[in-house]
Amino acid sequence: MLEINNLQASVEGKSILKGLDLKVGNGEVHAIMGPNGSGKSTLAQVLAGRDTFQVEGGSVSWDGQDLLAMPAEERARAGLFLAFQYPVEIPGVSNAYFLKAAVNAVRRHRQLPEFDAFDFLARVKAEMKAVGMSEEFLYRSVNEGFSGGEKKRNEMLQMSLLEPKLAILDETDSGLDIDALKIVAEGVNRLRSPERSLIVITHYQRLLDYIVPDQVHVLSKGRIVRSGGRELALELEEHGYGWIGDTGEVPRAPAGAAS
Amino acid sequence: MSAIDIWVRDFHARAGQLPGAQLPWLAGLRQRAIERFADEGWPTRRRENWAHTSLAFMEGQTFDAPDTSADAASEVATEHPATTLARLRADNAEPGHWLVFVGGRHAPTLSAIGTLPAGATLSSLADALAQKADGTASAVEQAFGSSDDGDSPAALNAALAADGAYLRLARGVAVEEPIHLVFIADGTETTRHLRNLVIAEAGAQATLVEHYPDGGANTGENPGATLTTAVTRIEAGADARITHLKLQQEAEQAIHLATLDVRQGRGSVFASHSLSFGARLARNDIRTRFDGEGGEVLLNGLYHVDGRRHVDHHTLIDHATPRCSSREFYRGLIDGNARGVFAGRIVVAQDAQRSDAMQRCDNLLLSRQAEADARPELEIYADDVKCAHGATVGQIDDDSLFYLRSRGLDEVRARNLLTYAFAAEALARIELPALRRRARAALLARLPGADALSELLEEVL
Repeated sequence: MLEINNLQASVEGKSILKGLDLKVGNGEVHAIMGPNGSGKSTLAQVLAGRDTFQVEGGSVSWDGQDLLAMPAEERARAGLFLAFQYPVEIPGVSNAYFLKAAVNAVRRHRQLPEFDAFDFLARVKAEMKAVGMSEEFLYRSVNEGFSGGEKKRNEMLQMSLLEPKLAILDETDSGLDIDALKIVAEGVNRLRSPERSLIVITHYQRLLDYIVPDQVHVLSKGRIVRSGGRELALELEEHGYGWIGDTGEVPRAPAGAAS
Repeated sequence: MSAIDIWVRDFHARAGQLPGAQLPWLAGLRQRAIERFADEGWPTRRRENWAHTSLAFMEGQTFDAPDTSADAASEVATEHPATTLARLRADNAEPGHWLVFVGGRHAPTLSAIGTLPAGATLSSLADALAQKADGTASAVEQAFGSSDDGDSPAALNAALAADGAYLRLARGVAVEEPIHLVFIADGTETTRHLRNLVIAEAGAQATLVEHYPDGGANTGENPGATLTTAVTRIEAGADARITHLKLQQEAEQAIHLATLDVRQGRGSVFASHSLSFGARLARNDIRTRFDGEGGEVLLNGLYHVDGRRHVDHHTLIDHATPRCSSREFYRGLIDGNARGVFAGRIVVAQDAQRSDAMQRCDNLLLSRQAEADARPELEIYADDVKCAHGATVGQIDDDSLFYLRSRGLDEVRARNLLTYAFAAEALARIELPALRRRARAALLARLPGADALSELLEEVL
């Protein structure tokens, strides 16, 4: 269970999150939508522990722990996963060993035995097949020279290997063609389970054709201005974000909105 | 003391015993060289090409031999040359030819030259100078260079060089295995002057490693200063393919002044990998000149300095003839209060049309006090050329750091990994896997947290 109360965050003195409230229960999938600049990526990065953002107020409780007090690496080890909008290239480090180091960091924390090379290889190859990645990518440097779609698949591969308790997907659908989008969605759907929570951040509704959320939230100017079921996403698809008032107040559904 | 007149006196005391002293051309060259050195003195900031690296301090620098009455403790501090060599050879299981020097002199008992193809000659320079038959003497004379080459430290080297390697490859001869030239410091000789000559005739091929190992545990409480001057001259004939890897890992108080001088014939391919990890002050002057059309050169460099150490690479690529291509990539890791200097000059002559030159220098600063100077200098007199250059000085990228931390790696380990990854690009250009592994081991020996990184760096799962 993730519980965000009145979260406020800024970067370089510029206030971005201005009192955000959100509750995500175990087993739930929440979609966060909103126009560019509304604070979607900031929310993802603050939750994952990026320290270039200054938390000015509010609290985040995660399974009873004070999430904001934990360094980024501890959050990861405890089961928080952020799929990056722009995965970073790391030349000189093979993807295989990067994945193994990440998986074993999490397993050590969970007091599970670390994988040896053989067991890990068997596991990673099976997961690669599921996300449609060829084994060649194991032996290449992390994300180096990967296309946009390949980088996103590599994020999905990491997510499935790390078996997070809370996964946040930051615009994972951007830059993907429809086939890649389906593969990403399948990866997410396979992860759905009663003990796992997912936050899917997206600008477009189309990903939600394949990942059906329990709740949809609209983020505007650093606050959640409207929440609803999946029909809210369809409404946004039809009317865009223009109906969200300039001051970010919560409007009624505009006249003519799909019922 | 290292004041100029002391070097001159030293020269006169030694000149009669230097190898080849009986050769008039060499005696004359040495005399002119020491006169030039006496005249110019050590380069200071006022001299062109030395703006960032003054050797004025050399006037007052002493190179005292360690106290020979020393107790057993200091004996342990220096690894025996044979131990150093055994360590190197154990790390290089692949076949190769080993020409070993201790304290600036050929060590025949440590050397192990395998079977070379007909037409390949590999010996010490001293032995080559002693040869009267088979044209070696005149080949050495032609390849030796002159007292006017380079700056004053190169002149001092011309005057005092007592040994080095001599490699001659006749037309079309290819030596498959790497040729390792290992220059092990000697606990008693504090100065050494080395000159390596490589003559590769048309179509010849070889890979040379010029290695200055760290001398193992030679990091006692107060290690004394040492001086190495080294000049390596390579003549690559038409269509020759020569690779030169230099690995400089000298001890903490070492001063290392080196020159690599290359002439490239038509269609020849030359690659230089200059890895500078040791020494208190290391200066490398690397020059290559295209003497025929269609030549290719790669100048690849990687340096790491920390503490108060200083490293300087000055390169010159002389596109004297048309249709040649040059690729130059330097990367620096600079920590502590250290300073890294790179100056890359590319000259394209007026009739060197269709020259293709690319140069990059990227520096990673690992502390606030670290300093990098990167200066490209392009002089282009031809009009139909492709020339590109770029230089960067930066710190570890925040996005990359966060990415690794978000996958459970702690911050220190993530930083170490990114530092390694920055340097790895230079290592990747070393074609022979055995040499690449060796370069990587040398890099990791300099970086913190290497043990924890090793699981991330295996090449094959």
